[in-house]
Amino acid sequence: MGSEEKQEPNAREAWELEYQKASLRDSNFETMSGVPVEPVYGDDLFPGQYPYTRGIYPSMYRSRLWTMRMFAGFGTAEDTNLRFKELLRNGGTGLSTAFDMPTLMGRDSDSEWSLGEVGRAGVAVDTLADMEDLFADIDLSQVSTSMTINGPAATLLAMYVAVAEQTGVEPHQLAGTIQNDILKEYQAQKEYIYPPRPSMRIVTDMVKYTTAEMPKWHPISISGYHIREAGSTAAQELAFTLANGFSYVEAAIAAGQNVNEFGKRLSFFFNSHSDFFEEIGKFRAARRIWARWMKERYGATDEKAMLCRFHTQTAGVSLTAQQPEINIARVGIQALAAALGGTQSLHTDSFDEALALPTEDAARIALRTQQIVAHETGVVNVADPLGGSPYVEWMTDEMERQAEAIFAHLDDLGNGSILEGTFNGIENGYFVGEIADAAYRFEREVNSGRRIIVGVNDFTDGDNPEDRNLLRIGAETEEYQLKRLNDVKTRRNQEHVNSALSEITAVASDPTRNLMPAIIAAVKTYATEEEIANAMEVVFGTYVEKAIV
Amino acid sequence: MTSSISDAATTLFQSAVKGERRSLGKLLTAIERGGDQAEIIAGLAHQVSGNTHVVGITGAPGSGKSTLTGRLLKLFSEAGDKLAVLAVDPSSPLTGGAILGDRIRMDDLAGEESFIRSMATRGHSGGLALAVPAAIQLFDAVGYEPVIIETVGVGQVEVDVAGAADTTVVVVTPGMGDAVQANKAGLLEVADIFVVNKSDRPGASDARRDLELMLDLGHVSGLEQMTGYRPPIIMANSLDGTGADEVLDAIKSHAEFLRSSGKIEIRRKERLVMEIQNRIELLIGSTASVTLESDLGASFVTKVLDRKISPAEAAKSIVASITANE
Amino acid sequence: MGDHQQRVILAKLGLDGHDRGIKVVARILRDAGMEVIYLGLRQTTASIVAAAEEEDADAIGLSMHNAGHLTLGPKMAEAITAAGLDIPLIIGGIVPDEDVEELMDAGIAAVLGPGASAEEVVATVQNAISARDKA
Repeated sequence: MGSEEKQEPNAREAWELEYQKASLRDSNFETMSGVPVEPVYGDDLFPGQYPYTRGIYPSMYRSRLWTMRMFAGFGTAEDTNLRFKELLRNGGTGLSTAFDMPTLMGRDSDSEWSLGEVGRAGVAVDTLADMEDLFADIDLSQVSTSMTINGPAATLLAMYVAVAEQTGVEPHQLAGTIQNDILKEYQAQKEYIYPPRPSMRIVTDMVKYTTAEMPKWHPISISGYHIREAGSTAAQELAFTLANGFSYVEAAIAAGQNVNEFGKRLSFFFNSHSDFFEEIGKFRAARRIWARWMKERYGATDEKAMLCRFHTQTAGVSLTAQQPEINIARVGIQALAAALGGTQSLHTDSFDEALALPTEDAARIALRTQQIVAHETGVVNVADPLGGSPYVEWMTDEMERQAEAIFAHLDDLGNGSILEGTFNGIENGYFVGEIADAAYRFEREVNSGRRIIVGVNDFTDGDNPEDRNLLRIGAETEEYQLKRLNDVKTRRNQEHVNSALSEITAVASDPTRNLMPAIIAAVKTYATEEEIANAMEVVFGTYVEKAIV
Repeated sequence: MTSSISDAATTLFQSAVKGERRSLGKLLTAIERGGDQAEIIAGLAHQVSGNTHVVGITGAPGSGKSTLTGRLLKLFSEAGDKLAVLAVDPSSPLTGGAILGDRIRMDDLAGEESFIRSMATRGHSGGLALAVPAAIQLFDAVGYEPVIIETVGVGQVEVDVAGAADTTVVVVTPGMGDAVQANKAGLLEVADIFVVNKSDRPGASDARRDLELMLDLGHVSGLEQMTGYRPPIIMANSLDGTGADEVLDAIKSHAEFLRSSGKIEIRRKERLVMEIQNRIELLIGSTASVTLESDLGASFVTKVLDRKISPAEAAKSIVASITANE
Repeated sequence: MGDHQQRVILAKLGLDGHDRGIKVVARILRDAGMEVIYLGLRQTTASIVAAAEEEDADAIGLSMHNAGHLTLGPKMAEAITAAGLDIPLIIGGIVPDEDVEELMDAGIAAVLGPGASAEEVVATVQNAISARDKA
């Protein structure tokens, strides 16, 4: 099979042994017409076997379907809390929090920058009081929480720890994931606060803290999704994301962390776009590359530290504002690619997202779309059903080849360090330049008609703008949040706040100290997110992207 | 030259002198466009200029010169200086368009009193060679001190533009043979200060050694012997600001050296001579182009095509006909 | 002034960091022969107005992807007017059709939706500039 490493002759037996141990879902695993099918086909490499090209588990979706994790949210902390409780009542165990733009950027709701953005694309969190509302009456020892935040991730994690403590839940009981992938912010999403190196120090402090205090917590979710949305090619998404992963590994190793311990707690987040086989090749290559690098370059010995576990989201950027209902078909195809690529969880986009935030109906259709893939198509019965196809294997090899060429460039740029190569690539505009070039090339192809986007540059009949029902968010949330923040500021002890903030500045100036305890102490005084960000900014400075257009 | 053009220019100029930055913005546009109005404006500015210190900063793309310029802006404005920046970037040779992004790393750092203008090279080097000195004189005339010109040191024109400053700072980065490239591009001859940026990178000390060596080997030793001034080499990191203070001090020392040695008058005279020279070339060049397209020109072209006279003879005859007409 | 080189300021106002679209537009305008002064992310109305004055810009283009256009668009238009500038403001990005009228009423010269072709982008900017010049 392509460039796969040769397996021992008893690969099938080894796999069967593992497969027998797995508990399976209650299903017949046969086709719609009643034909029984095997858990996997092919002879020389099996799922759950290094380098995991065919999947990270021996039984894949026969044991457990991917998690259908729908990321959503807007409004106040109380609104979101109601939705969380509703979800938990319906048997859910995972909470996914989306924050609004000011929160993501470390700005308070009353900042002049926040005007018009408060509570719009997610929940607004300014102080611990908002976090208390967000998780009110929820037993945090019993749930797993995913927080999508990067620049101010340390502050939000500190608030989560502080809220748990109020209800008697210890940090070691807390389970969940925080995105905390700061490198891709400089490359694509642009939600950074400080320059790359001090930001990396914060990430490393969080890794150290969670390793010591929060063993069930995933401190980084390495995200290619935003890189692809910003316009990269599939191979660039793959390569930049994995290179960022290597960078975190190098930074953690340099900070004295054990690669086996740390590696197990990393996870990934990819985009699923419309070029079906390219996406599937990308997912398969991601697992293979990650396993090889973790083992061969970083010396991991625990197989769990070599697994590329990933969440997938369908490509928001592929959705068209013209004839938006046809986006449902796009999302279906992209969801199918993610399933055939072996994803561990999946968010399917709502068809109206090119126009506005999704309506409840559109979000329901999106969830139903992936349920159709899971329950009606039969693709979940067989692991890596496309493995062994000459085209799919070639595409997997090709994705790997392109990614390795990029790693070689970064390695060169960093004189043998991917971490340094990545820093240098950020500073010299390599990543943003490559992404902008790819985005422009795509745009020119569409513009010249050499690439057809249905409903945009061909097949344009049938667009009915007047039929659209879009989600509107009023100004009430903003008014409510401003009052809430003002109340908290009046009630808190300003002296305690000031001394906690000074302590953060002091710790920030001393690279040998960990920032987490000082930030946890500060959030308990109800210092705001922006105050905490500023206390570090005086030491770390801010980052302005160089103009690479 | 109509009086309405002249009146409009004068009104704008007076308003700019009073601190109206929009008028200054419009004057700069007129200067860039060239022609009669540009000449009137440059003339008005020339009468009251000649005082500001002009700093040229140049380096290859990606050398971090915009970021370094931003750092210097911050230091200058913290010291209370009201400075102007002219950031010159190449136009696309194919379309004539340009993307000018240098403000990004300067805006936050420059004080409110500062003025930043982006300028594209617009293809024709002659235009740039006239527009830049005129813009400097304009900034000078309305009270900006110092004036910084930032260019990409890739072509002769850019080197000339940077070299026309009182103090020229050349930025190189380690590990990319920048020092050697700078030598080839003729930047060593015009440099008053070298900055090795990204000094935390491997190869930074090599870059420094290369520069020292080239200075020792006498690329500019003649100048050094004449002036007693040897360009300092400063190790900097514009991302964290390391070395920016030293660059500022070096600029000030160089300015002081120019003043105390009397070299400043020589430099400024050279600059004005060069401007006159450029204007002569442009005037003759454009008149010659017109003549070349006239019937007279066509007759010479025919003779050249018929191998009756050489292109050089044709050129001489055309220039002679212009001077005869004047 | 037919041979006048058009200069356009492109910026992201506020916190929104989606810059794929604005970078593509920058290249489209450059390739149409315009000079684009790219201010990048996290600009304020004041920084955009100051740049427009210093650069003597012929138009200002803002890109918005975070549903903030009804707040930030009119705010920018007001700032331009308050500064006494007569420069068309063009907004591109995710703007629902039904919001276009409100934006036009607030003084925005044109709105470019997602999927606008390169020709539409260039024509919209040029038309906005020539409409201003004629007025």
